[in-house]
Amino acid sequence: MLELAIGIILAGCAIGAGLALIAGIGPGIGEGNAVAKACEAIGRQPESKGAVTSTMIMGCAIAETTGLYGLVIGILLIFVAPSSFVQILMSNLPK
Amino acid sequence: MTKERKDKLIDWLYLAMVILPYVICMVLKVLTTPGGEGISITGAHIYFEIPMPLMNLCITEVQATSVAVIISIFGLCLYMTHGIKVVPNTKRQLIAEWVVEKVNGLIKDNMGNRYMAFAPFIAAIMAISAFSSLSSLLGLFPPTSDMNIVAGWAILVFILITYYKLKGGLFPYVKGFFEPVPVFAPFNIIGEIATPVSMSFRHYGNVLSGVVISTLVASALNGLSQMLFSWLPGFLKDIPLLRVGLPAILSVYFDIFSGLMQAFIFAMLTMLYIATGFPEEEYEKRQAKKKKKKALPAA
Repeated sequence: MLELAIGIILAGCAIGAGLALIAGIGPGIGEGNAVAKACEAIGRQPESKGAVTSTMIMGCAIAETTGLYGLVIGILLIFVAPSSFVQILMSNLPK
Repeated sequence: MTKERKDKLIDWLYLAMVILPYVICMVLKVLTTPGGEGISITGAHIYFEIPMPLMNLCITEVQATSVAVIISIFGLCLYMTHGIKVVPNTKRQLIAEWVVEKVNGLIKDNMGNRYMAFAPFIAAIMAISAFSSLSSLLGLFPPTSDMNIVAGWAILVFILITYYKLKGGLFPYVKGFFEPVPVFAPFNIIGEIATPVSMSFRHYGNVLSGVVISTLVASALNGLSQMLFSWLPGFLKDIPLLRVGLPAILSVYFDIFSGLMQAFIFAMLTMLYIATGFPEEEYEKRQAKKKKKKALPAA
């Protein structure tokens, strides 16, 4: 019975981590848009390449934030959550 | 002892101050890391705990490394500015002047002339963040991949931002939460709290993801080289040959580019938040009122 409970905890954490990484879709699309527009801008005005590139990298790094929220949650669910959940389960076992 | 020799000795002392903290940290890490099977992804290694009323205060390798980074930056500053002259004749003075000029230009471009006094603070944030992220190149646990360190900086910056917002008076600050309509108040408060959270998560998540991916790649190469080179004789088959050099390619992006980028973005966001949060008109009005009040009794 205990093995089953721990198995459910591990499975739930793994599925949750996988779902959390869906957050990567948004920044992917957003950064793709940003780079596409930057390429267009450089194509139109090649002399402004430096300014456009640095602004684009800055914007990309900020657009990444929401994806990183998902990543942090995923890492927590894989490396931190299982052991603490199992600990909670162990401390609540009926004696 | 002549003056030249004295100067040279002081230079060497400063250089030792730059390098020794890292060496001490590396020795500490090698001595205290528990030997285990394979590669594992864990948090910072805890050296010892100090009992405190609410929770034990853990002294981890992250604290040790960040103190080392601070001492090292201090030593670097002393070394760069030692023996400066009006007309520079050493390379390091030129480098120091270049850094100061760049930071001043950055502040002038992004914040305006009013905030020139912020240059040392912004440069300090940038330097400590960049050097902390780069310390992973020496095999240390980068302090920026620990939430506690980055959250501390973010809270510091948040207090600074709030202080500058309050310079226009308490009433306009509180009123700012009820705009455009009072219904938006909860959202505005959440948005205000989200500032330090997002700043710290952005920085810490970027560096931590680099650490995790590098570790995973290293362990994968470990297994692969064990599989491929198991026919080699003697001790040669125990050495993970594929791990020599290959992870360095990843480290160029994750450690150098990502670390420096996040340092720049953290400083940039600090500048922008302070410059946009400061209510310039209200502050001017307040100053004018104060001046009038002061002038009245004299008249």
